[in-house]
Order: sequence, then C-alpha cells, then structure tokens
Amino acid sequence: MTHKSLLTVDALTRKRNTAEKRFKAYGLGAIIVAMIALALLLTSVVSTGSSAFKQTYATITVPLPAAKLDKSGTRDLAVMKKVTTIGYASLLRDGMVATVEELGIATDLNAKTIGKMLSKEASATVRNAVLADPDIVGTDMEFKLLMNGRIDGYFKGRVTMESAALDGNTSPEELQLAQALADVGVVDTTFNWAFLTAPDASDQRPEAAGLGVAILGSLYMMIVVLVLALPIGVAASIYLEEFAPKNRWTDIIEVNISNLAAVPSIVYGILGLAIFINFMEFNQSSPLVGGLCLTLMTLPTIIISTRAALKSVPPSIRDAALGVGASKIQAVFHHVLPLAASGILTGTIIGLAQALGETAPLLLIGMVAFVREYPAAYTPDAGLFGEAATALPVQVFNWTQRADPSFVERASGAIITLLIFLLIMNAIAIFLRRKFERRW
Amino acid sequence: MKDKTMTQSKISAKGVQVHYADTHAIKDVDVEIADKEVTAFIGPSGCGKSTFLRCINRMNDTIGICRVTGDIRIDGEDIYDPKVDPVQLRAKVGMVFQKPNPFPKSIYDNVAYGPKIHGLARDKDDLDQIVENALRKAALWNEAKDRLHASGTGLSGGQQQRLCIARAIATAPEVLLMDEPCSALDPIATAQVEELIDELRQSYSVVIVTHSMQQAARVSQKTAFFHLGNLVEFGETDKIFTNPEDPRTESYISGRIG
Repeated sequence: MTHKSLLTVDALTRKRNTAEKRFKAYGLGAIIVAMIALALLLTSVVSTGSSAFKQTYATITVPLPAAKLDKSGTRDLAVMKKVTTIGYASLLRDGMVATVEELGIATDLNAKTIGKMLSKEASATVRNAVLADPDIVGTDMEFKLLMNGRIDGYFKGRVTMESAALDGNTSPEELQLAQALADVGVVDTTFNWAFLTAPDASDQRPEAAGLGVAILGSLYMMIVVLVLALPIGVAASIYLEEFAPKNRWTDIIEVNISNLAAVPSIVYGILGLAIFINFMEFNQSSPLVGGLCLTLMTLPTIIISTRAALKSVPPSIRDAALGVGASKIQAVFHHVLPLAASGILTGTIIGLAQALGETAPLLLIGMVAFVREYPAAYTPDAGLFGEAATALPVQVFNWTQRADPSFVERASGAIITLLIFLLIMNAIAIFLRRKFERRW
Repeated sequence: MKDKTMTQSKISAKGVQVHYADTHAIKDVDVEIADKEVTAFIGPSGCGKSTFLRCINRMNDTIGICRVTGDIRIDGEDIYDPKVDPVQLRAKVGMVFQKPNPFPKSIYDNVAYGPKIHGLARDKDDLDQIVENALRKAALWNEAKDRLHASGTGLSGGQQQRLCIARAIATAPEVLLMDEPCSALDPIATAQVEELIDELRQSYSVVIVTHSMQQAARVSQKTAFFHLGNLVEFGETDKIFTNPEDPRTESYISGRIG
C-alpha cells in the first residue's frame, strides 16, 4: 500500500470538485438569467408605463352663457340636459381661443383646430360640472381640462415635431402653440390621479381612460376569493389531513385536487359561465361571478399548500395535545393550526396573486366588457358586487388591442398598477406571517 | 370481573392483542398493574412495550391501521367499552413521551392547557395554584417560577421533559404512562427525572417503558419483560433482575439478546 499525501489532491477528488464547481456555475448562471429577465421586464414596463401617471392639462377660463346652457332660465335640469357635449365643445373652443389671444400668442391655426387641442373628454367635464351646480351658469369659470392625446404625448416625448408632420390628428403648429402655452403655465403636466380613479374611456380619448373601475373590480373579486376560498380551502384541508379516513375515496379526492390545480384557467371560465350566469342567473361581468370563478380556481392551490403546512407540524405536538386529554378538534385548533398558519398564509397569498392576474376565465364571463361609467353599485345604496365591472388584467388586455398609441402607455401603466397591487398584498401577507409565526 | 376483588390492581389487562395491518404486535398479554407503584416495561426494540403502553390510554386509536382486542380495565372499568370517550380516559391516564414535546407556548400555558380544557380551575387564582403545584411536583418550580411566561421550547432538554411531566400531572391523572422519558436526556437530567418518578409514585400509578435496565432496576417495583410481542415474565423487579425464571429474560438482562 502506497502512502498518499493529504497535500496532493487525487484524481477522484479533483473530479468531484470540478463537478461541484460546474454545478455551482450552472446555478449562478440560472439566477443571473432570471435577474436579467426581471430587470428587462421591469425597465420596459416602467419606461413605457410611468408616463401614464402624468397627464397634460390646460387651465383655461370657459364662458358659461345662460342663453345657451339654460334656455328656460329656470335652472331646470331636464332642460339643461338637452345641451349635449357638442354644445359645450364650442364654449371650450371660445375659451381656448380667448386665452391664446389674451396672451398674445401668434398662431396661424383656426379656432376649430385650437378647440380640438383639448380632449373630447373636456366638454363632458364642463357639462358635468354645470349639471352638478347649475348656479355657475352665466359666469366665467376656470377649469383644468385634459389636452388631447397627441399634445399629451408631445409633453411626454412620445410625439415629436417630425412625427406630428406625418400625423393626420395633429400638426407641428399645434405642438408649437401647446409649447407656447406651456411656457406661460397655461398648459401643465401634473400627476394623473384620474388614471387611478376614472373609468375607462373610448378609443377616441385615451387621455381620459383610467383604471378606477378595474381597480374596484379587482379589489371586490379579491374580497370574494378571500372570503370564500380561505375558509373553504382550510376547512377542506383540515378535514382531509386530520379527520378523513385514509382509504380509496380520500385517495381519489386527493388526486383530483392535484389535477384541478393544473386545469387551465379558461375551463373555470366556462364552468362559471354555465353555473353562475346561465343557471344561477347572476349578472354577467359582475365581480361576484368573477370572484366565484376565481375562487374555484384558487381553491386547489390553497388546499394543497394548507395540507402541506398541516403535514409539516410535527406529530409530537398532536400526541402532546391528545395525551393531556384534548379532543381531536382541540388539538387541531389550539395547536396544529396556529403552527401551520404561516404556511397557510403563504399558500393563500400565492393563490390570490394568481387569481389577481388571471384574465382568461374573466373573458368568458363578460368582464372584458367596456365599462364606461362607475356602476351604480359603487354608490353605497346599492349591492356592491352584482354590477358590471372589469378587472386590472382584463383592462390591460383591452387596452393593448386599441389602435391609438396612447393606449400602449396606458396598458403599461395598468401593469405597473397591477404589480403595485400585488406588492401591497404580499406586504400584508409578510406582515401577518411575521405576526403569526411561532418560534420553536 | 372476579379478580377485581382478589387483587388491588389499578390496571388489569387480559388477553390483549394488537395488530398493525398484518403485523401481530402484541400477543395475548395479561398484566396486573398495582396502584402507587412504578411498573417498568423492558425489552428489546420492537418488542411491543411502547405499543402496549399506548393501549392503556388509547393513543393507538389515532393510528388508523391499529386494531386492539382483549380486555383492559382501569379500576374495573373496560376502557375499550364503546361508551368510554378516549378524551376523558386520557385526562385520567396522563402520558409523557419519549422526546420532550412541549407546546411552542409559554411554560405557564403548557401546564395550564390541560386544566383549562378539562375545566379543573374555578378561576385564575385557582389555575395559578394548579400550575404552581404541578411545576413543584415536577421539580421545575424553582427554575421556572421567574420565567413562567417564557417559551417552553426555550428550556433545556431535561427541563422540557420535566415540563411535560408537569403538564401531564396538572390534569390530576391517576395513572402516569412514560414512554422512554429519559432516552433524549443526559445523565444528570436523567437522574433528576428518575428521582421525580420515585416521588410521583406516592400519588400515582406509574408505568414506564425503558431501554435501560439499570433505570428499570433503580425506579421500579415491578418489571415486565416483553419479547417479540409476548409478555415473557412479570414480577417483582428484584426477582426479575436477580433470579429470572425464563431463560430469555436472563439472556436479555445479561446482555446476550436485545
């Protein structure tokens, strides 16, 4: 037997060491690829989407002549409603032209073109203000009004003089005028609260489109999912894990739950359409139906993770509880469940996150609908969950299909909002987990 | 039963058979366990002594594939009678496990849990008193009294096991079952627990499963030797260790099998 020195590495050891180094390199490589992908995703979304959170407004004085807006002279709303937004548009045009002239800005543009630099939404804004407070008729009021999508795009760098020259919807002269107005402070780009509060708007006015209804719809669906899926899922897991006899039936149930977790989500949409809309006749497009579909989709995830969490509680704890004469249910609720709480919470939040980002089933139950106005239900006196709404991922889907380039920015902004929504949910979960976590 | 009047036994087992699915784990065991005495179950691993111990408080009920037949009586009452609720039985027959398994709660809550669920305390002061008594009996009071609200899992191994004993005696049981209570403890902690077992004998009937023959000899008055599911020999500890009747007992005690 030859003497082997510990100071020289033999061939077998060297081979083992290189294998280990190689494996470490693969792992590190995988992480680097993942980080690059994440960074690319975030930069692309943030760089196109962050501008959705800013919006260009013009602050102008609009004449509100009583002769035109209130022909009866009695401030009768029924009569005043007969004046449509088209009627208001001419007032806005006059206001814009007057502002330009007052400031002495020279321009070759005609009055009609100057009026069109405001968003189509602007006349609705003024009309709503008048109908809300008829007493302002007859005065000159100052309004902060949306500029149209091209002007807005110019201030965000999306539209340039060169692209405007080729664009039928705007012209370099309009942009020059807008720039001149911005220089004196009439036109300004500020934080876009309306993006988070306003409902969707039509194809022609991307500048007015907001996520308000989608955020509320998503929020309500999450509430439905949490309220239904968490108790049902946890109760089912506790029964299966702690009480159910281990036989062929429970095996079949177990296999089927695992299979359900892998069922494509669109199948749940068809199921929801058949059961909740066609059979139970709930309103289509409502967060209630959406939430129910997503509950069905989320249940297997919650059940699987809850069972894993219950399994991970050492059996000695159950023995200890049973040994002092606790009943099975006391052992589970006093000892096992608190120890499994953090695992259950993790599973729940994963399930909710999945549900929040789900689009396919919602398309089938009609949540893809274009919801122009806040549903009546969002006023406190109506049922909360039964009216048509939309959801964040569906809104993204919707906007990416629209023609106007401004919707690209809106869609990315909606994705950012969705991600922030998710981050908030995760933060709450981490906070709760810290709170519930038991130290061993 | 006739022999209830004949002997002063606390636990009386007749013809006990235990099956795990296809395995016959306990074969026709008869044993009489006296009150206010320590009975030790010894035998090689897998001989069924722990299984038999777990029959006495029906902990085997929690194992789905386990089937117990035969007759086990405590104070003459059949504990496998369909009318018996195992929860009530386990309050009367406390158990200490092999591995210390305190709840991940405070020392106080560990001990107070049993009395709370069985409604043994009238009020908070009463509960405090029960906890203190149990901890005193388990010889843990002096170490724990200043940290009653610290976590039970933060104690040392020996302290944890004494906490488990305190938890078991807090429900005022009549019988205390101990399944290798010292196997996870160092010699000093073992000595403390053994001393404690000797004191507990005054109030309870104690049944202890152990791998250590020295421990059986030190703490018990009666010893039962199990081998391959059979109760080979049962009698006075002194006699079993000095003058066993069965050759298998002798081989085990002298270290030739097991």
